[in-house]
Amino acid sequence: MMDAIRFSSPPRHEAAEALRHEVRAFLAETIPARTPLARSDSWNGYDRDFSRKMGARGWLGMTWPKQYGGHERSAFERYVVVEETLAAGAPVLSHWIADRQSGPTLLRFGTEEQKGRVLPGIAAGETCFCIGMSEPDSGSDLAATRTRAVRSADGWRITGTKIWTSNAHNADYMILFCRSGDSTPADRQAGTSQFLIDMKNTPGLTVRPIIDLAGQHHFNECHFEDALVPAGALIGTEGQGWQQVMSELAFERSGPERFLSSIQLIVELIAALQGSDSDLARAAIGRLTAHLIVLRRLSRSVAAMLEAGENPALHAAIVKDQGALFEQAIPDIARSLIDAEPDRAATSNYNAVLANIVLNAPSWSLRGGTREILRGIIARGLGLR
Amino acid sequence: MSDGAMLIEAAQRLFADRIDDAAMRRARGGEWIGEAWDAIAEMGLPLALVSEEAGGFGVETVDALALVRLAGAHALPLPLAETMLANGALGAAGLPLAEGPAALIDGAGLTIAGEGAGWRITGTAARVPWARDLSTLVVADGAHTFRIGAGCTVAERSTNLAAMPRDDLAIDAYCEASGPATGVSPLLAGAALRSLQIAGALETVLALTIEHVSDRVQFGRSLSKFQAVQHELAKLGGDVAVAGAAADMAAEALAGDPAEATLAIAAATIRAREAAGSAVAIAQQLHGAIGFTVEHRLHWYTTALWSWRDEEGGTRYWSDLLGRAALAAGGAGFWQFVTEAA
Ligand SMILES: Cc1cc2nc3c(=O)[nH]c(=O)nc-3n(C[C@H](O)[C@H](O)[C@H](O)COP(=O)(O)OP(=O)(O)OC[C@H]3O[C@@H](n4cnc5c(N)ncnc54)[C@H](O)[C@@H]3O)c2cc1C
Repeated sequence: MMDAIRFSSPPRHEAAEALRHEVRAFLAETIPARTPLARSDSWNGYDRDFSRKMGARGWLGMTWPKQYGGHERSAFERYVVVEETLAAGAPVLSHWIADRQSGPTLLRFGTEEQKGRVLPGIAAGETCFCIGMSEPDSGSDLAATRTRAVRSADGWRITGTKIWTSNAHNADYMILFCRSGDSTPADRQAGTSQFLIDMKNTPGLTVRPIIDLAGQHHFNECHFEDALVPAGALIGTEGQGWQQVMSELAFERSGPERFLSSIQLIVELIAALQGSDSDLARAAIGRLTAHLIVLRRLSRSVAAMLEAGENPALHAAIVKDQGALFEQAIPDIARSLIDAEPDRAATSNYNAVLANIVLNAPSWSLRGGTREILRGIIARGLGLR
Repeated sequence: MSDGAMLIEAAQRLFADRIDDAAMRRARGGEWIGEAWDAIAEMGLPLALVSEEAGGFGVETVDALALVRLAGAHALPLPLAETMLANGALGAAGLPLAEGPAALIDGAGLTIAGEGAGWRITGTAARVPWARDLSTLVVADGAHTFRIGAGCTVAERSTNLAAMPRDDLAIDAYCEASGPATGVSPLLAGAALRSLQIAGALETVLALTIEHVSDRVQFGRSLSKFQAVQHELAKLGGDVAVAGAAADMAAEALAGDPAEATLAIAAATIRAREAAGSAVAIAQQLHGAIGFTVEHRLHWYTTALWSWRDEEGGTRYWSDLLGRAALAAGGAGFWQFVTEAA
């Protein structure tokens, strides 16, 4: 039981540490003028050109086989690239989802044709993905998906609505999770499959914007109306969608994006505190620094488990839960130290970043699995039913 | 099985055997449980941090520190961690090892002056673990390590919340010899050991809580079936995982280059202590009234946790130290600071 929640020591990886300096130099040279406010968008920042530059450096699809455009490097090196770009507030969204989870899913379950067609583009930073899991009536309860794919003479006909689809309006592809058969009373998760959807060339697919609380167009509604996709769009095995999607989630839940969303506010906070001699501030900064250092250790430990081919679903849930608690605590810590009215249009970087972080913070314990769902996973991992 | 794993397993058996409920009750009553100490000493555990050249038996530092964690898991009411540390310092300084229980303290608050060929050390040391039972006191002041065998009197007897002695010592001692001070300061080392003890005790608290919510039935089902209970338990599990990782970090820092240990130990200390407070609150809540009695074992661990988290420098001290360093790195340098601190 106790071993179940032990996080092994992350190994020190010399090649990864050398790479860290390269990535820092690249970022300093590539996005020197990016404003603190833009940086505080964290992984919501979208810039195709930046992603292409990352691809050109060989920093996307880093762990994948060379035959698919990958670079056969270790998970630790990838981890360094990911954390350095996030910590700097680089605009990663165009490659983010594909590099993190869609690519690995295709690599694992995709057909040769799919892998050959799509993976090299991801590794080059050319190809952008979105995730089609949630629906209006299927959020935390993913198995309740109602979108349905029906086999036809010319492929599959898909009808249904996906919602909250981040970046669907820009994406080239979606990995769609939907029903392709019936569930059984004994197995609600049966009869689901995953499909590779061409977002730009699928007749019957419409994407509508949804404006979020922060006033931004980040997510969308994707409606499939008898949309036709080719037979070759099926990913993996028909009916195995649930198992496939679950293996994707460990990649989605343990990365540094799960505790770095508000790092830009910490940076601005420390900048704003320069010259002050408040021991309250020192103690508060010390505390949050300690949290961050330990979270980073936990997340690197999960990276090591992924590298070793283990399935750290429980550990990933712990990282995401702890990470969201931390990220969401930052605005209140900042507010207790500096009086400022949040305003994204403010000329003060601190006030602007505070506004952006306050407005976006609620999403961090929702997306990628809500706090409550994660706690359920952890409790089960501890043996409770 | 590795030597280290064998040692841990043997120690686990010894603790399970000797630190039973009766022994815990006697220790809580203020008794020195000498036969348990003798068994621990017999096994050589107090020498676990001493190098082979200095008279130890070649235990890897990480394995020795795993013993400290295990002692924490048993809320061991004996100064094993303290004696290990003191002997480690004596061995590294080339001084004779302690014959019995020992502790290492910082010389900063004492007066240390040359006298004849040796040194005279005077002053009062506050809240020294098990001072009343020590055979040897070790003092390190950043430059030298001193071994004191006589010349200490207990000025005031006190205990922490877990009834572990924390006495004030009046010191007026002459030391013929001293050795160089090596490694991290007594305070840093002490904080690292407390983090390990905290991690160990939290694992026991989690196990007790899982057991309790699984066994206890209300409204016709075991408590573990209620989602509110599951979620609190998940939070407790998160705290325990975090404290465990923090303790590993402290242990690695203690085993590594002393010049690079300070920030890692500070961060581990702050984080493990905060997790301890949060975890104990949940465990006490989920145990209900039975957990609020001296009949139930839970309080052995929770009271120890409530004390350990405030010993060896307070949380404010460690947060201030780490915060000062982070602020000095500046906003633009903060991330680099984080990646280099540990
Ligand atoms: C910014 C953002 C981006 C997103 N991007 C994507 C995307 O790209 N692709 C995609 O597919 N989805 C995306 N999502 C959707 C996200 O995955 C869902 O919001 C999430 O799974 C929760 O579903 P829901 O919003 O329907 O809430 P619900 O499932 O209705 O939950 C509402 C509340 O009830 C709680 N709850 C639900 N079930 C239980 C239970 N069994 N026990 C206890 N509590 C429960 C939840 O924890 C939550 O607090 C995004 C969401 C956000 C906010």
